[in-house]
Amino acid sequence: MIASDFTTVLPEVLLSLYAMLALVLFVYTGKDRHAGLSVWLTSGAFMLLALVLAMGTPAGTASFGGMFIDDSFARFCKIVILLSAALVLVMGQDYAAKHDMLKFEYPLLVALSVVGMMVMVSAGSLLTLYMGLELQSLALYVIAAFRRDSAKSTEAGLKYFVLGALSSGLLLYGTSLVYGFAGTVEFSGIMAATGTGDLSIGLLLGLVFVIAGMGFKVSAAPFHMWAPDVYEGAPTPVTAFFATAPKMAAMGLFARVVHDAFGGVTADWHQVVAVLTVFSMFLGAVAAIGQKDIKRLMAYSSIAHMGFALMGLAAGTVFGVQAMLIYMAIYISMNIGMFALILSMERDGRPVSDIASLSMLSKGQALKALCVVFIMFSMAGVPPMIGFFGKFYVLRAAYEANMAWLAIAGVVASVIGAYYYIRIVYFMYFGAESEPLDTQTPRRLTVILVASTAVITVGAAFSLFGIEPLAQVAAESLAN
Amino acid sequence: MSNLLSLITFIPLVAAIILALLARGDSEASQSNVKYLALAATGFTFLASLMLLSGFEPNDTGFQFVEERSWLLGMQYKMGVDGISLLFVLLTTFTMPLVIAASWNVTHRLKEYMIAFLVLESLMIGVFCALDLVLFYMFFEACLIPMFLIIGIWGGKERIYASFKFFLYTFLGSVLMLVAMVAMFADAGTTDMVVLLSHNFGSDTLTVAGFHIIGGAQTLMWLAFFASFAVKMPMWPVHTWLPDAHVQAPTAGSVVLAAILLKMGGYGFLRFSLPMFPVASDLLAPLVFWMSAIAIVYTSLVALAQQDMKKLIAYSSVAHMGYVTMGIFAANQQGIDGAIFQMLSHGFISGALFLCVGVIYDRMHTREIDAYGGLVNRMPSYALIFMFFTMANVGLPGTSGFVGEFLTLMGIFQVNTWVALFAASGVILSAAYALWLYRRVVLGDLIKESLKSITDMAPREKMIFAPLVAMTLILGVYPALILDIIGPSVAALVETYHSNVAAHGIVSSAASTASH
Repeated sequence: MIASDFTTVLPEVLLSLYAMLALVLFVYTGKDRHAGLSVWLTSGAFMLLALVLAMGTPAGTASFGGMFIDDSFARFCKIVILLSAALVLVMGQDYAAKHDMLKFEYPLLVALSVVGMMVMVSAGSLLTLYMGLELQSLALYVIAAFRRDSAKSTEAGLKYFVLGALSSGLLLYGTSLVYGFAGTVEFSGIMAATGTGDLSIGLLLGLVFVIAGMGFKVSAAPFHMWAPDVYEGAPTPVTAFFATAPKMAAMGLFARVVHDAFGGVTADWHQVVAVLTVFSMFLGAVAAIGQKDIKRLMAYSSIAHMGFALMGLAAGTVFGVQAMLIYMAIYISMNIGMFALILSMERDGRPVSDIASLSMLSKGQALKALCVVFIMFSMAGVPPMIGFFGKFYVLRAAYEANMAWLAIAGVVASVIGAYYYIRIVYFMYFGAESEPLDTQTPRRLTVILVASTAVITVGAAFSLFGIEPLAQVAAESLAN
Repeated sequence: MSNLLSLITFIPLVAAIILALLARGDSEASQSNVKYLALAATGFTFLASLMLLSGFEPNDTGFQFVEERSWLLGMQYKMGVDGISLLFVLLTTFTMPLVIAASWNVTHRLKEYMIAFLVLESLMIGVFCALDLVLFYMFFEACLIPMFLIIGIWGGKERIYASFKFFLYTFLGSVLMLVAMVAMFADAGTTDMVVLLSHNFGSDTLTVAGFHIIGGAQTLMWLAFFASFAVKMPMWPVHTWLPDAHVQAPTAGSVVLAAILLKMGGYGFLRFSLPMFPVASDLLAPLVFWMSAIAIVYTSLVALAQQDMKKLIAYSSVAHMGYVTMGIFAANQQGIDGAIFQMLSHGFISGALFLCVGVIYDRMHTREIDAYGGLVNRMPSYALIFMFFTMANVGLPGTSGFVGEFLTLMGIFQVNTWVALFAASGVILSAAYALWLYRRVVLGDLIKESLKSITDMAPREKMIFAPLVAMTLILGVYPALILDIIGPSVAALVETYHSNVAAHGIVSSAASTASH
């Protein structure tokens, strides 16, 4: 019994063991001299685990008395999380080395937060959920403030910590209400307790608090306030990480809670999620227009994208979950490409994040500029780039759930959002000439940028690389 | 050859990729390589599309050269042409080599320029060949990207404003169409347009947020498609992006915009609105008629007041597109025949007019009408060609412009005499602005110092105009060349449309009940 329980949680255990052992090992063998090795080792460990997870078949059943679920949904999320974390780690290494933040703890902290994320998406009870969430968040607070000597970085870490603590508080409060009224913290138990009718007022309050807490984690408006400041302040490799893996984890968690625990009472939460969706899409689209800093812009862009991903969840259907998963995978592949560019933006060896510094990038660095054009149009949802397909999936999910109004709101928001994406194209191709950026780009960033662009551009021709049936299996494995 | 359509669609794209990967450097030799490769690719595409024409069987009203492969989300990659779309494909492949040849003097970022046009050609052909809803949308929307860059990078002084306006305006129009497509997908369970063409979308009155919507789902979907195509067309009052885009775009960009991109709106009406939503089309046709009539009269008057040659021709385009929309929704053989004919002929004529402006713009770098006058003294062959296309634009019998206007007016006359009356007044107005433009630019004494040394057209420029002159004349005296190809498909379209309206229609059935 116990043995089979442990096999389901083996990937998490192994990753935690690796993080702890490596920590001890590096401390005794020369600390930061092996930081580069630490990056590659961790990244390799992520890749390996992703491979193992992809090869094996999910146990399907809940282990540890229902606390931990290893199903296709969890595997899908974990693979996306692991792969994106691995790529982002490798991407950030040159930047970190250059700006004196290449410490051996950094990849290990990322590894620990990834363990947290894996637990989040596998959570079978509110307690597992909270444990995973906190493990993830604690590691993230630290790496947000990783440049101790930078006021902005420490400010970002502190803000993230305070607001993150607040959201954890909301989540815990909601959890306690749910526990009080349902008599259990296990998702299957809650599902049984809620039945299919209307929720009792206590459970409803608990649900709303839990959703608010998760809203913070996915940075959905109106719980988004931390995101722009943290994105801007945190060192760029960390921002790149924030924009990718944790978003997938939080979205996976969101889907898990609303479908596994409250799947019987869709009518009670899908309106709440729809409101989050509308707020996020419009706030992300409108507020990004005035931004001058590209990292801030990416924060608002990710808020808008989270709105679209939530649209899939708002549908409250299996297809909606599938749409959300596909949307997130696409979102992450676009963001990895974009951050490969942002990480390479330097002038005289100093990182810049001013949007105007991209002016006439197409003159000096044509390849990079061309890649970013594709990424920008993909983010705006213009076909044939895969960003369009993400939108198409969620729109269809919303429409089929009788929420045509949400779909219309979504496309209108996407037009507003298109403005700032094409504004970047404008800067790169027909803006005013300005002092050019450094042309030296670490090779791996170029490779990742080009690879991500290739995926974005030809993905449609290759049926999105077969992600559709995988996401479908994953979505079907959720209890609803 | 079963892959002919894909071949035609993607040859330019492949050429663009080759250019992107292989072309290096800005030397004269490499620039001319780029130009010749682009010309060869577009020329070869044109030749391949002639094979399409020779293999096409006009009396078969179904889709021909169909290709089908399954794709994601239950959609498929499906291409095919019928009598309606075939000639638009040919129009595109015919125009593009001329466009490339007209850009021979471009030196600023030449490689990117040619890539943009080649990619654009692929996408435009794809629009007319796609037989899957989402595939159509992909091609339709993707056209915005190269056009946005063409206006933005190679455009005039106000290019940034114009490119943003172009992109956002047309993007907003099309996303509503996307929602309607999702709705159609959900309703019919497929995105195959051949199936959708015979699918009956609901037309029972719906209540949405307290409003009774007559025609129900069909009306809503029709309006969503209308938002997209009316902007693309462009129809009054959503035409304001066009003058800006035209004026700022480089000559070649204007030609493509006028000759092909605008036709996508008309093609969309013919492919989607009319056959798929017959009840709503029947219901809302008067709206389209009056919008068209207003467009014809109003934009003709606006054209009279223009100082900029390109702007004047742009407004004249809007007026001519008014005839097209009017003819389409007249929904009879003459109307639709005329609309398609008008679109094709406008493709040649307005393309040629923009090229005419380009010829003198290349020499004087201004498009102000006041900066010219008396060009006939130094540029006799230019004066001749410009006069020919001015007359064609006015609709002089013997040119293709006449056939299109006459047929559409005849079509609308059978449906709504008043609209026909207003629209016919546009013929006079178009003569007024076009002839006045010609007089101010070409006739009179050559008194401006700056024009004293202007040179007449070079052989290359004459070569570009030659095919356009030929087409305009041939189609003007022998319109059956086109009508024989589109006729059977249009007849089938008209017949299904009227039987659907008779079966489900609201306006007609109410009228017939009243008459009993």
